[in-house]
Amino acid sequence: MTRITVTVDGTRYTDDVEPRTLLVQYLRDRLGKVGTVVGCDTGNCGACTVHLDGRSVKSCQLLAVQTDGHEVTTIEGLANGATLHPMQEAFRDCHALQCGFCTPGMIMQAVDLVTENPHPTEAEVREGLEGNLCRCTGYHNIVKAVQQGAGAMSGGQS
Amino acid sequence: MTALAQRPANPVVGESVVHESADLHVTGAALYTDDLTGRLTGLLHAWPVGSPHAHARVTSLRTEPALAVPGVVRVLTGADVPGVNDAGVKHDEPLFPTEVMFRGHAVCWVLADSLEAARLGAAAVEVDYEMLPALMTVEEAIAAERFQGARPVMTRGDAAAAMAGAAYVFSGETTMKGQEHFYLETHCSIALVDESGQVFVHASTQHPTETQDIVAHVLGRPAHEVTVQCLRMGGGFGGKEMQPHGFAAIAAIGATVTGRPVRLRLNRALDMTMSGKRHGYHASWQVGFAADGRFVALDATLTADGGWSLDLSEPVLARALCHIDNAYWIPDIVVHGRIAQTNKTSQTAFRGFGGPQGMIVIEDIIGRCAPLLGIDAAQVRERNFYSPGQQTPYGQEVRHADRMPRVWDQLMTSATVDRRTAEIAEFNASHRHTKKALAVTPVKFGISFNFTSYNQAGALVLVYKDGSVLINHGGTEMGQGLHTKMAQVAATALGVPLDVVRVAPTRTDKVPNTSATAASSGADLNGGAVKAACEQIRERLAEFAAKRFGEPVDAVRFEGGTVRAEGSAAPPMTWAELVDAAYYSRVQLSAMGFYRTEGLHWDPVTVHGVPFKYFVYAAAAAEVEVDGFTGASVTRRVDIVFDVGDSLSPMIDLGQIEGAFVQGAGWMTMEELVWDERPGQGQGRLLTSAASTYKLPSLSEMPAVLNVSLLEAATEDGVVYGSKAVGEPPLMLAIAVREAIRDAAAAFGESGASVDLGLPATPEATYWAIEAVRGGVRDGGVTTLRRPT
Repeated sequence: MTRITVTVDGTRYTDDVEPRTLLVQYLRDRLGKVGTVVGCDTGNCGACTVHLDGRSVKSCQLLAVQTDGHEVTTIEGLANGATLHPMQEAFRDCHALQCGFCTPGMIMQAVDLVTENPHPTEAEVREGLEGNLCRCTGYHNIVKAVQQGAGAMSGGQS
Repeated sequence: MTALAQRPANPVVGESVVHESADLHVTGAALYTDDLTGRLTGLLHAWPVGSPHAHARVTSLRTEPALAVPGVVRVLTGADVPGVNDAGVKHDEPLFPTEVMFRGHAVCWVLADSLEAARLGAAAVEVDYEMLPALMTVEEAIAAERFQGARPVMTRGDAAAAMAGAAYVFSGETTMKGQEHFYLETHCSIALVDESGQVFVHASTQHPTETQDIVAHVLGRPAHEVTVQCLRMGGGFGGKEMQPHGFAAIAAIGATVTGRPVRLRLNRALDMTMSGKRHGYHASWQVGFAADGRFVALDATLTADGGWSLDLSEPVLARALCHIDNAYWIPDIVVHGRIAQTNKTSQTAFRGFGGPQGMIVIEDIIGRCAPLLGIDAAQVRERNFYSPGQQTPYGQEVRHADRMPRVWDQLMTSATVDRRTAEIAEFNASHRHTKKALAVTPVKFGISFNFTSYNQAGALVLVYKDGSVLINHGGTEMGQGLHTKMAQVAATALGVPLDVVRVAPTRTDKVPNTSATAASSGADLNGGAVKAACEQIRERLAEFAAKRFGEPVDAVRFEGGTVRAEGSAAPPMTWAELVDAAYYSRVQLSAMGFYRTEGLHWDPVTVHGVPFKYFVYAAAAAEVEVDGFTGASVTRRVDIVFDVGDSLSPMIDLGQIEGAFVQGAGWMTMEELVWDERPGQGQGRLLTSAASTYKLPSLSEMPAVLNVSLLEAATEDGVVYGSKAVGEPPLMLAIAVREAIRDAAAAFGESGASVDLGLPATPEATYWAIEAVRGGVRDGGVTTLRRPT
């Protein structure tokens, strides 16, 4: 067991974990943060995407111990209380979701993309989200949502 | 009751509204079955002991070593089954087999305090096998004549006689591989024994009633002792219509023998290894054409690769037979159907349910024969469209046949097909190593379950004293927006705002004897039932309100949460005020609704009848660009025109069309299931058992331009609020992409060559098709048996 101290969605946790525990296992099984889901186990689908110190990571490809002393944000920590993050709002309004299983990861990846590139072109959105799979939507509305969310994140100036 | 299709003033149906769970999805608050794990104490985890052979007899099974693993509580074997040892309804799927039929087939299941202990326990179980010969391909099964289930034949007229009079007669074969569902949420069931000893199963299932039936028969208990609930699914696509039952039954046995909740969740590799997929098909055919490209006759044999057990292979085959005509009049026809048994997963329902496999055969025939006829493929398609009054080969009149040319013409105009075809010809003339093509294909898809009995649905609508409304219906939500549509139907029928209505998770103790949420029929069937229930309540309330207003019942209006009487001076009441007053006057505020689709009949033996309420019509124009060095293709633009009737929820429907199209394009151009077919240690292994080896469409493969428009003036008067089904038909629009790749491949050779293209048309398959054309092959693998002299 290894002791880690990690801030998740604004709350500080100190836990003993087995060094081989995946971050996503720690989030779901230990902290009960089941909003972050496991899709493929192999790092291909991105459903488990969270932020580590503000940058997106696939939480099935990271060990919990690697987050010791760092800050993790999951989909559950993205909204400001009852006020949705602009990217969450855009995904809802653009119907950029169907079964919803990929949605948390898509949104976390989209926020990371827009943080790095506040005004992504359609091509840049496609490239930036290529590591996240959706089996339902055909992606069309996801691209629209990311662009709308990007516009809202920069105060409506896209 | 109002007429089924008639919409009241200002209906909530027809509005574009966000998905009813959208807020939950974007915040991560939506719960899937496995998310309940942390809410249960004393939970056990299940893990299978999978066969390492494609086909073998189990000669001995020693479970004791597993029990020595710390944390292992129990190993479930056939001895633990109190009822019937069968995971299906055909009694050909032993839950605990003594003869393993595919690699990964579970011999027994280990239950443990942790997932890791269960896995270690499973690894410790000792099984001895006697190897048996395995058949891995449909071709091997055909050669060995290993078939299962019925062998239906669909006939009209005399195909042989008609063929003798045809100007052209061609023969050939068409094969297509299967498809993995890859719902992002893998199979999961959690079973527990409740306070009264009944079994409660949370399952990711499209068919809670059948999950309940199977759990009950495995446990040897009546259905009323088993409740199945589906909160929602992280995708289903048909993969959770039949396949969840056995997993739910294992969890249920575990819960009853240990008294503890049991969670059975497959990881991705297990899910892909163990669960059934879309059927691959093999077709051999002989086709006769008139000189003008009109079909004269078709004689075909379809062989489904059924995998190890029947599962849904027979109804899938029936739908394949019923869609081999696609949108075309084929006067004389005989089609034989059969199901090969192979040592692979038990292939099952997948969006389209055999429809795509049948349709691909005729489109492949057109794609390969049109060059041999010397007629453009799009013209062959258009010339063969059904005319009003004509019947399908199974004897059903083609309702609204005029919509096919309407859809087609609208698409030709909106996609500027003629102009772009000319531009592409110019492009191809000046580019040696890159070729473009634009193909247009139609879809006519029959709506209703082929099996008439399944076309029924129930709903339980509860109006509470405060006016809030809770809908229970038999359909399950897997992302398709069914619950959203049902809330819109209820709001429309009751004349209340949408936010007054909530839809409850699907449970077998609320609405019994439901059909699978499948066959694109979820909204048609459950919408009919929800509407029927709501109208009973509204009629009771109208009677009550009429007395209060002192006006006749037919003067009472429910609209936007307000109730008034036409011509009455009395002030309107709010919906909540009326409901409250009605409660105190002892008016019943709940109702069961029932719906059955009228006018259907079907004989599966003669393959004849009226299985479908109506047809959905659509067409797609796809433009691709193919690289001659690698065979890689890019889909540049897709235009779709689609007939959804009067849409219940346009944003939901557009999402279904876009998503199904991309899923279809995935199957037809990139997703490839590969099993190790060679005899030996590796035989039967699924080599593409993860997203790392099974190529799914990602954002980079979506068409650069995707234009979807809905057919105008398309009310369907036999369906709830004039709408039509949308779940499956758009998947088959992706045939246009494969046909465009075929045409682009042809452009690498001398003009007029026929091209035989694999399905999926992967870059590799496309490369070999191009190589054949470059090497001078012009017949596309088609044998010309007759041509005009």
